[in-house]
Amino acid sequence: MPNQPRPAWRELAGQVAMFGLAALLALLVALPVVALLFRVPPATLMAQLGSSGVREALRLSLLTSVAATAVSVLLGLPMAHLLATREFPGKRALEVLMDLPMVIPPTVAGFALLMAFGRAGLLGGTLSAFGITLPFTTAGVVVAQVFMAVPFFVGAARAGFAAVDPRFLDAAATLRAGEMHTFWRVRLPLALPSLVAGVGMAWARALGEFGATITFAGNLAGTTRTVPLDVYLLLHEDLAAAATLSLLLIIMAAVLLAAMRQAGLGLFAPPRAPRFAPPRAR
Amino acid sequence: MLRASLRHALGEFRLECELEAAPGSTLVLVGESGSGKTTVLRLLAGLLRPQAGQIRVGAETWCDMADGSWLPPEARPVGYLSQDYALFPHLPVLDNVGFGLVASGVGRREARRRAGAALERLGLGDFAGRRPAELSGGQQQRVALARALILEPALLLLDEPLSALDLETRHAVRTELRRTLRALPCVTVFVTHSPLEAMLFGDRITVLDRGRVAQSGDAPALLRRPRTRYVATLLGLNLLPGRVRHRGPGEEVALETPRGLVTVLAAEAGEELFLVVSPDQVTLSREPPGASARNVFPGVVEEILPEPPHGERVRVVLGPAPSFVAEVTAEAAARLGLSVGQPAYASFKATSVAAYA
Repeated sequence: MPNQPRPAWRELAGQVAMFGLAALLALLVALPVVALLFRVPPATLMAQLGSSGVREALRLSLLTSVAATAVSVLLGLPMAHLLATREFPGKRALEVLMDLPMVIPPTVAGFALLMAFGRAGLLGGTLSAFGITLPFTTAGVVVAQVFMAVPFFVGAARAGFAAVDPRFLDAAATLRAGEMHTFWRVRLPLALPSLVAGVGMAWARALGEFGATITFAGNLAGTTRTVPLDVYLLLHEDLAAAATLSLLLIIMAAVLLAAMRQAGLGLFAPPRAPRFAPPRAR
Repeated sequence: MLRASLRHALGEFRLECELEAAPGSTLVLVGESGSGKTTVLRLLAGLLRPQAGQIRVGAETWCDMADGSWLPPEARPVGYLSQDYALFPHLPVLDNVGFGLVASGVGRREARRRAGAALERLGLGDFAGRRPAELSGGQQQRVALARALILEPALLLLDEPLSALDLETRHAVRTELRRTLRALPCVTVFVTHSPLEAMLFGDRITVLDRGRVAQSGDAPALLRRPRTRYVATLLGLNLLPGRVRHRGPGEEVALETPRGLVTVLAAEAGEELFLVVSPDQVTLSREPPGASARNVFPGVVEEILPEPPHGERVRVVLGPAPSFVAEVTAEAAARLGLSVGQPAYASFKATSVAAYA
């Protein structure tokens, strides 16, 4: 019956199911956030912000997550460029390796880091010979965050580099620009939106990192106790403080997401009209 | 001077061609899309590495696959304009023009100064600070050309430089581009699918057909003596291969062609000749014409196409293959009551046929 309309009740049932399930999901995500708001009256929030424990955790979280993001960019840019522009044996394996931290459980990642860089780990002896200790230090927190966050940056940057219109790269090559000059002057600026999106995602991931940090770097106040760790600890001691910190994290994440949306960026943002249009599509 | 022989296969497509251009001249590569024109340009620019062949520009060898020597694009003194000019969207016009200078080691300040001077000369000084997207198509083309020419290339490659422009600007830009190219000391290779542009720009025209050179020569030679059906079609002429049946009486020669026997006058010597009939020399009728007409092809109307600019004349394509084209006034076509699928007769005089070896 190709031209017969579907019966009205089926259409109606479909509509009801669509709106009902969507509302259910929205509620599922919104309710916990609202619950936190109920838990923390504004006055308590301001008072908690003044507490030294909360501020210590916030300072540490900002410091480590920004450092981890910077390291991710520094190490991630060359890798993203290589993956986007070259074919070489073992590329597939490298790609899987780069994605791995996104899918392994963070506690497992932390344990693996311990096995590699811990005192008794594979490189522990070498590192301590140079006077470097990672486990249970702030540097260790950064390492754990980089491990968990860098795939987000590499993925976004790589996609951005690969999406640069080859016409511009050809133009650069015929204008005497070698690969590096082209990278800095053409590929990087044209991929900038993707890079910014990658920075945002990597930073958010580093800021929220818990499992790998607590396994690899422990939970030492002032040294490795970032906000997510503090929240977990405070759950058993001071619910108001835990709620305050949680709310802060949520606000920071929401602001970041909104800003990225505003700029038309973001992993799942709908594609926007290209900012640079060629003179005429043929 | 440019001398190149190139062989390259991309999947099913095979390119095999020889190119030559005199110093300071413009070589036009003309052909339909898929004929390999752009591939040739990319090979010359160094954006593709040929599987075999060599490229010489002046005294320099850019590529000789026999000994594996191959210069990457950034090491070639080449200028390359892709179809839509590929101006860098994130850079102002001034830095677009200066890009190549900076890339070749000229200081940023000096590059800006020289780029600014070049834009002034083009009358585009006011646009130096604008983004390319704010420019019209014609302005973008001039900026892209300035960006390439500021490096004083030994070889300038233009890929359909007028096709991204709308019809109104195309004419003005074409005139200006001709003037610019004529003043250039370097060899220009100009790719187009338009026979008109080929005639206008080409000191020499090389016709590419499915990766092969169908014919090469200057514009008059091509017009007078197309050597393949493809070239003739491109130029809008009827071309038939003919085999001489008998010569005489007088200058008359009778030839066997795929569409039937043709009588011509003043044929060149030889057994196998090309016959060219201009479509405007062909008369159409619904009934077989009288005995006075020597050359008559019966056929079926396959298409009736109005001719630019006003459609006062129409091209009537007669099948079956190889099709034969007559150009008549729209009025005459209407009077005959011609329509697609109808039988018709094409006739032409012996004196209207050019026959050459």
